[in-house]
Amino acid sequence: MTATQLTIGRGPVRLPRRHIPVLATLALLLVMYGIGVSQYQAFSNIQVVFNVLIDNSFLLVVAVGMTFVILTGGIDLSVGSVVAMTAMVSASLLERGLPAGAVLPIALLIGPMLGFLMGCVIHFFDIQPFIATLAGMFFARGMCTFISGSSIPISDGFWTSMSQTRIGDPRGNFVSISVVIAFVVVAVAAYTLAYTRLGRNVYAIGGNQQSALLMGLPVGRTKIAVYTISGLCSAIGGILLSFYTLSGAPLIAVGMELDVIAAVVIGGTVLTGGSGYVFGTVLGVLVLGVIQTLITFDGSLNSWWTKIVIGGLLFAFILLQRLIGIRYK
Amino acid sequence: MTERHPVLTMTGISKAFPGVRALHDVDFRLFPGEVHALMGENGAGKSTLIKVLTGVYGIDSGTIILSGEPVSFRGPMQASAGGVSTVYQEVNLCANLSVAENIFIGREPRRFGAVWWGEMRRRARALLTRLDLDIDVNAPLASYSLAVQQMVAIARAIDVQARVLVLDEPTSSLDTGEVAQLFRIMRQLRDEGIAILFVTHFLDQVYGIADRITVLRNGSLVGEYTTAELSQLGLVEKMIGKELDVLERLDEQPKRELAVLERGTPFLDARELSRKGSVAPFSLTIHAGEVVGLAGLLGSGRTEVARLLFGADRADHGDLSVDGRGTTLRNPVGAIAQGIGFCSENRRLEGIVGELTVRENIILALQAARGWLRPVARRRQDELVDKYVKALSIRPANPEIPVANLSGGNQQKVLLARWLITEPRLLILDEPTRGIDVGAKAEIQKLVVELSDGGMAVLFISAELEEVLRLSHKVAVMRDRTLVSELTNDESVDSDRIMQTIASGAGEERATT
Repeated sequence: MTATQLTIGRGPVRLPRRHIPVLATLALLLVMYGIGVSQYQAFSNIQVVFNVLIDNSFLLVVAVGMTFVILTGGIDLSVGSVVAMTAMVSASLLERGLPAGAVLPIALLIGPMLGFLMGCVIHFFDIQPFIATLAGMFFARGMCTFISGSSIPISDGFWTSMSQTRIGDPRGNFVSISVVIAFVVVAVAAYTLAYTRLGRNVYAIGGNQQSALLMGLPVGRTKIAVYTISGLCSAIGGILLSFYTLSGAPLIAVGMELDVIAAVVIGGTVLTGGSGYVFGTVLGVLVLGVIQTLITFDGSLNSWWTKIVIGGLLFAFILLQRLIGIRYK
Repeated sequence: MTERHPVLTMTGISKAFPGVRALHDVDFRLFPGEVHALMGENGAGKSTLIKVLTGVYGIDSGTIILSGEPVSFRGPMQASAGGVSTVYQEVNLCANLSVAENIFIGREPRRFGAVWWGEMRRRARALLTRLDLDIDVNAPLASYSLAVQQMVAIARAIDVQARVLVLDEPTSSLDTGEVAQLFRIMRQLRDEGIAILFVTHFLDQVYGIADRITVLRNGSLVGEYTTAELSQLGLVEKMIGKELDVLERLDEQPKRELAVLERGTPFLDARELSRKGSVAPFSLTIHAGEVVGLAGLLGSGRTEVARLLFGADRADHGDLSVDGRGTTLRNPVGAIAQGIGFCSENRRLEGIVGELTVRENIILALQAARGWLRPVARRRQDELVDKYVKALSIRPANPEIPVANLSGGNQQKVLLARWLITEPRLLILDEPTRGIDVGAKAEIQKLVVELSDGGMAVLFISAELEEVLRLSHKVAVMRDRTLVSELTNDESVDSDRIMQTIASGAGEERATT
């Protein structure tokens, strides 16, 4: 990533302006973790952090896809439904006796295909991403109930082994395979954004689509690509979710798209596009996870407090973005 | 200029848009190693010709031959790969990306398939050094001035071994020093054999650098001339296609009489008005029927003054009274209610709604002033719009086409018409003549005179001192966000004196025609 010289303040510490949101998120995360450690003895156990990762690996993968979309200035509301649909399709095909080796590629193809179609609609017919992906959201959710009205359990050997395998140290701390997969996705995405033409075009379009067009960048192709990537990430997220729950349920991950958007924004990506990093998104997801853990540890608080805190944070971060003025014309 | 083979020949080019015939049977040729000025009024078809050349638009008929090969580019990328690079009037780069990236995006140097940042920065530095520009290639483009951004755009354009460089009004936001720097670069590139197509509204600049001139009018070719054989006057006549009586009449007019105006309560009276980080405290009075010129460099705080007086920004300190009554302007709605209208400098961002028709754009402010519950009857709308389309000679004279299809100067007139029909008592005009042609400019100046004769107060903001002096009763001079001087525009005031006021200290004056 390019270092920038646009700094605030003078002196030995040069703070690149566009890194402030990410740094703020990092500081917030450390503060919340500090609060947890000081309040609850068990919080300092490293397994607490690992559990946050385990519980949120699918969210992280989906948020990475969303980061691409938001960086272009778009939005993808279909992700929650696509996650559910992917899990449903997997569960249903496995129930009919298809081997895992056949189910995986099929399940992983559906999401990107839907994303590709939505991208085409957005680009060729110049439709607002909000509406196009809203249509995708209803379609995918409808497909879930079309497949089955009730939850389908998964008993496939591959699935259960993915679900139960622990990768850990001798002292008993562990993460699931899903966490490893999520971080592979994060690494690939970070590389793509920083070191490929596709990635740089994503930033350019988010900065100024008209200019990007006049500079001769493949705007249409890139926009279609980001929705396809988001679809792929949702599909991977759906598979990870089905590893996690070992079932497919028609009403799972309802409203998840909003959590994902919140994580991306708290992670410092500007909703109008052009500024943000995958690393920020990782932090954003962790912030959401740590809030949940704190409230669980407290025990007396209703889980809805999670939503209230997220609401407050989201608001604060949008204000922060506004104040430091990441609004390039 | 020796007669060689032209690097570019365009023959019989025609292009129409819905409701507009943009180009009709236009021929154009460009020789290597020359600067060729493309001249014409707004709406003459200059921009369309350029966009047709670079593949932004397709052509309806005609041929384009580049280095002996017929070409038809399907987009700017293909055009620049073919050796035709363009720098547009508005800097079309991505301000969120770094300088280096803006130069190379789309053709980044790569190693093992990955963008090679180190090499990209090295090449960017080398390129900018060639253009004598010392800036940090890692900084986001947004941290530099418009002028520097323009130079970066040129660096981007010439990096691809360009044979033809198209500069579409690159100087409209540069000051004299920056223009000189740009010209130095243009000469350097010309001597390297690049053919430069140069579009500008500044006649002095044409005669300062161009070898050859092609004139368009109303989408048709008027002719091709060498700079030596065509006088400035001749050029203007060819551009507007009529005698210069309008312009001359304005020029002959003596300084505006205003003694009579200095009586009674001023329409607007600002005392020590200020806004932190925007404008230092200033005092200004404007009487009904008075034209107050606001002179100063770009960024000297002229627009900020206008925004305070229009309520677009809120003043921190100071008093404002309208018609002798103290008032606070919290927002533009309040200002409009007091009879103040504001024609923004930035018509593309703040003024014009491109998708709406000319009629709808003109009616907007009137409708807003009446409130949405009392719609303006369609018949009344048509009457009003027809009147102003005629009065301002908006072209094409079809009120039902989207404003986006009009040229810049005509969009400016639409914006003016929008405010005029609300019959404001004070009209603030921020750079109303920037980037528009001589004919339209004269029409707008004439209109300002008529309006003030009719009793309207006008705050006229312009970087062109001649224009300010010609129209204003009183000139307020801004420097470094401070109102430094207020001069009654009598015989003792000329552009030199204002220039001295602006310059006392430091600074350069912007190029003027």
